[in-house]
Amino acid sequence: MVIAWTQFTPATALAGGVLIGLSAALFVLLNVRVAGISGILGGLLRPARGDIAWRLAFLGGMVAAPALWALLRPLPALSIAAGTPSLVAAGLLVGLGTRYAGGCTSGHGVCGISRLSPRSVVATLSFMATGFLTVGVMRHLIGG
Amino acid sequence: MSYLLTSALAGLIFGLGLILSGLANPAKVLGFLDLAGGWDPSLMLVMAGAIAVGALAFASAGRRQFSGLGHAMKLPTASAIDRRLLLGSGLFGVGWGLAGFCPGPALVALGQGELKALIFVASMLAGMAIFEWLERR
Repeated sequence: MVIAWTQFTPATALAGGVLIGLSAALFVLLNVRVAGISGILGGLLRPARGDIAWRLAFLGGMVAAPALWALLRPLPALSIAAGTPSLVAAGLLVGLGTRYAGGCTSGHGVCGISRLSPRSVVATLSFMATGFLTVGVMRHLIGG
Repeated sequence: MSYLLTSALAGLIFGLGLILSGLANPAKVLGFLDLAGGWDPSLMLVMAGAIAVGALAFASAGRRQFSGLGHAMKLPTASAIDRRLLLGSGLFGVGWGLAGFCPGPALVALGQGELKALIFVASMLAGMAIFEWLERR
């Protein structure tokens, strides 16, 4: 393994992580909710009375983040290499998989591990493992 | 502050954290997932920072009876490590590796006006709808 030192951004990574942690802290300590994005989004598809507005408020805040950022500093450019077929396949897998797993990078990876939940540790190790495998296969076996 | 306001604030801070960390950018995520290429360990530090703060918060939540807004404190109780968890997480990881998007960053990229993020998010919602359909059959 070779570390890409030129890509490595430890300070902003850590600071961004702390912000994500603060968001999760605020959400559990004030709203008694786990900041798990797939669960917040997926819950909209089984709508229940009184259970919709807070989801939309959270998701709206997330989607609005780039606009607020852009008021203060230029937004970092995004680079999305995947073409439409890959994006569609990826979206379907992420949607289906996270709902079956009951969480994604935020719900299991951040909040679950913060709670020391063995279930979330296993989930995180699983999606990281298949993520590593998928990129390895795509970039080095097929794409290489 | 109302419940909805703190919800929006939490979402906003989460989104800003994703932008600052660089993880709203799929290329950055794929740089982490590519162990055999030049490996970018940044995502580990994002997780470390988030979990350090999160662990304090969840430990505090565990000791409280009521939230800051006066609701009864309640934490997740699911603990099953079963086929649904393993298969679901496994599928999620494949999708994550295919495009470099997981749900949060995709929503932030959508907010940044990326058409490709819209395609991903629409497909992700379709995947979630398929889950609901399979569950209700």
